[in-house]
Amino acid sequence: MILADTQPVVAHQAVRFEDGLLLDCGVRLRELTVAYRTYGRLNEERSNALLVCHALSGDQYVAETHPLTGKPGWWEAVVGPGRPVDTRRFFVISANVLGGCMGSTGPRSPRDDQPEAERTLLWGTDFPPVTIRDMVRAQKRLIEHLGIARLFAVLGGSMGGMQVLEWAALYPDCVFAAVPIASAAYHSAQNIAFHEVGRQAIFADPEWAGGRYWEKGKVPARGLAVARMAAHITYLSEQALTRKFGRRLLSGPSLTLFDDLFEVESYLRHQGSTFVTRFDANSYLTITRAMDFFDLAAEHDDDLARAFAGSRTRFCVISFSSDWLFPTPQSRAIARALNRAAANVSFVEVESDKGHDAFLLDEPAFHRTLSGFLSGSATAAGF
Amino acid sequence: MNAEPNRAPSTGIRYVAKNLRLDLRLIAGLIAPKSRVLDIGCGDGTLIAYLARERGCDARGIEIDMAAVAEAVARGLAVMHGDADIDLAHYPDQAFDFVVLSRTLQAVGRPHEVLRQMLRIGTRAVVSFPNFGHWRVRWQLLSRGRMPLTPTWDRPWYETPNIHPCTIRDFFALCDAEGYSVEAWLAADQGGLSAPWRRWRRLANLFGEQGLFMLRRDSHLTGCTTAGTVAA
Repeated sequence: MILADTQPVVAHQAVRFEDGLLLDCGVRLRELTVAYRTYGRLNEERSNALLVCHALSGDQYVAETHPLTGKPGWWEAVVGPGRPVDTRRFFVISANVLGGCMGSTGPRSPRDDQPEAERTLLWGTDFPPVTIRDMVRAQKRLIEHLGIARLFAVLGGSMGGMQVLEWAALYPDCVFAAVPIASAAYHSAQNIAFHEVGRQAIFADPEWAGGRYWEKGKVPARGLAVARMAAHITYLSEQALTRKFGRRLLSGPSLTLFDDLFEVESYLRHQGSTFVTRFDANSYLTITRAMDFFDLAAEHDDDLARAFAGSRTRFCVISFSSDWLFPTPQSRAIARALNRAAANVSFVEVESDKGHDAFLLDEPAFHRTLSGFLSGSATAAGF
Repeated sequence: MNAEPNRAPSTGIRYVAKNLRLDLRLIAGLIAPKSRVLDIGCGDGTLIAYLARERGCDARGIEIDMAAVAEAVARGLAVMHGDADIDLAHYPDQAFDFVVLSRTLQAVGRPHEVLRQMLRIGTRAVVSFPNFGHWRVRWQLLSRGRMPLTPTWDRPWYETPNIHPCTIRDFFALCDAEGYSVEAWLAADQGGLSAPWRRWRRLANLFGEQGLFMLRRDSHLTGCTTAGTVAA
């Protein structure tokens, strides 16, 4: 395996669809693999299934130790026994997104447009561009495979929230409740700009080698780390950075130019360097592009309300007061579009100083809101 | 008003908390079972919870106080953070059977516009408000020459959220001017109990501490947002 020396090989739980998937760009993937994890138990009526959609740098390891990093699952604060998404009550499904690098079809998968003998080649940057809608279509295949006609709920934060909105728009009858968290119906110019900084950092790394780094068993670690560092700043708030690091120095106050001097620098470098051990640079490019392309209203004659016309789904839109990457007005715009569609919508801005990352963290007010909404919806759904 | 006296005054308009346990009987009594209801200024959602549970209504709410919204959503209610002066415009015509505004009309920025929106998005509007024509209010203004302070109007003029006080007769006049027919009305004392003098407007305006109205637009043309022009 070509990637063996850059990343340990992990056998992810996955399902393979031999008939592939037709993408929005017009390309048909000849085969589609969706890697996924489940938690809890599906009830007899198959009515308690809940899909968790992950964000840009997340994956399907929501509520268990990550097989690559050995760290806790990214949403263990929210998903688990007795948590707001209570795995004793709900059957939780999470899939690695199309274009990802944790087992689902993506740039690290073997090309399927070559003769069998040449299947050792990987897609790399030739992987066709995917959209949030493509990701959702791939998830739909998984849900069907699991024998679930209707999801009790779909929830996710950030890019996960985009998938939630797309789910509700694309398969309204399959979604009883939808919870887009710290998200938006389109990616803003500011957010595209930050992504472009990250992509340019990857392009500028000589090890990236035009996207064919895997041929030499290398990874553009510097570029990907810088991309992660820039992005990570956008996930926090000024208050959170100040609270965590302030202007604290690592060592004596000697003026150095290149060494880590401030604690916040060291923290960011650590974030960058750990990221490259688990994430693929070409996946990062593919997924950031998918987010940038996302504009749900544009898919519905520039009218977001049309995306939800006649929807019987119960929505709970949640934002965080200090999130400047997906600020509250963007969530409010979703809530208002849902109002225009006469949909059943709850909308809450949670007071928090933790920035965009608040949805991943221990935020009791958020957890209470989510838990209450899911309980109320479960009662309405009849289980 | 039953405004919470301990709540710190804020710069924005804050809807006044209400004693729903007492208002509940009167308002809930006007609302048909299984109907679609929007409660504007729903607080922690006590009324919509009652309507959903006891009447099988599809009951939703709007509330401006975020803590109350979070509380309501955590109770499993469909409540969104929003401002009556701004957010009603985002609902489609005739989306609800009843739109409720209890003890909030006097605190909104543009009461007549809020009423118009209510009767655009809903078939019927249920509105309650504290009556500024109550004899105690009149007497205090007459005898002391100062802004009245009563159990209902319990905050000084400089920090009250109630920026648009009106009397029961004022409200009848507004309904006439805007072309709303009053399908039901009553005056009640602070405890929410309807009083015997309710049949006479002038007496109700003198002795009623709050007015409760159920309105319908004279013209039932959907999509008509200028109800006043179609008044007979």
